[in-house]
Amino acid sequence: MNSAMAIIDLANPTRFIALADRVLPILWVVAVLVLGVGLYLGLFVAPPDYQQGETVRIMFIHVPAAWLSMFGYGLMAASALGTLVWRHPLADVAARAIAPIGAAFTLIALVTGSLWGKPMWGTWWEWDARLTSVLVLFLMYLGLIALWNAIDDPNKAGRVAAVLILVGSVNIPIIKFSVDWWNTLHQGASVFRMGGSTIDASMLYPLLISALGATLVFIALVLMAMKNEILRRRIRALRLVAASQPVGAA
Amino acid sequence: MLGDHAGFILAAYGLSALIVVALVVWVVLDGRTQRRRLADLEARGIRRRSRRIESGAGEGRG
Repeated sequence: MNSAMAIIDLANPTRFIALADRVLPILWVVAVLVLGVGLYLGLFVAPPDYQQGETVRIMFIHVPAAWLSMFGYGLMAASALGTLVWRHPLADVAARAIAPIGAAFTLIALVTGSLWGKPMWGTWWEWDARLTSVLVLFLMYLGLIALWNAIDDPNKAGRVAAVLILVGSVNIPIIKFSVDWWNTLHQGASVFRMGGSTIDASMLYPLLISALGATLVFIALVLMAMKNEILRRRIRALRLVAASQPVGAA
Repeated sequence: MLGDHAGFILAAYGLSALIVVALVVWVVLDGRTQRRRLADLEARGIRRRSRRIESGAGEGRG
């Protein structure tokens, strides 16, 4: 009963902003601390890999960024369902706020992957299934941002974008399983796989701590961007009110 | 300390930090812009219905 009331309360944008204002300072402190510890362990404590040497240290940013690129799209797909099925007032706000942040983390995954690929594979880029499907994810984020900006009415834009998000979500399992379904330069899953992780604990724990810190940074940015989006919609509504009033009535 | 490929490792960390910092700056500046625009509208007396009712009640007109 209480949790149901909490969800109803959060559907109110004003209450959401009040809650976000309370949570964000603590969230930022914890996020920066956890990410700092994770990256410190990854850069200075974890041993070099027996095959890749020191370049394995790129893993501590590349892998969390790649996970978050898919996590962000997964959140957008859930928000799209919220828009189309439940018409939750914050669902489209969340999807629109996530898009640029998801795009930025996807860009980090692409750039760091390229910088890891050159010394290890001998090439900056290869049109294989994993790399290409992540590039498609990045282009989908950009396309959705362009779509939201192209349609003035946020409700109409939200419904159109929600359909496109759900259609595009077919790319997420393709990214995840591309290394199993096709021959790729990219290595297979080594953390979340049947039979357990193949990474030694000395590298796995810094990786998981970095991923947790990056996830908290991602969530903090999404909450801030959602607040901005709520304010943007209020401003639009007020401008419409102002435009509909007779001159001098304001 | 980072071996023969230090340039690649440092570039990966540096570019990632740059992208995250740019994202944080953009979100913060966007928030400031929206709050300023909202304050400007409210200063011109254009308010949401709920705020009009609140201020009306406060002024004894409710």
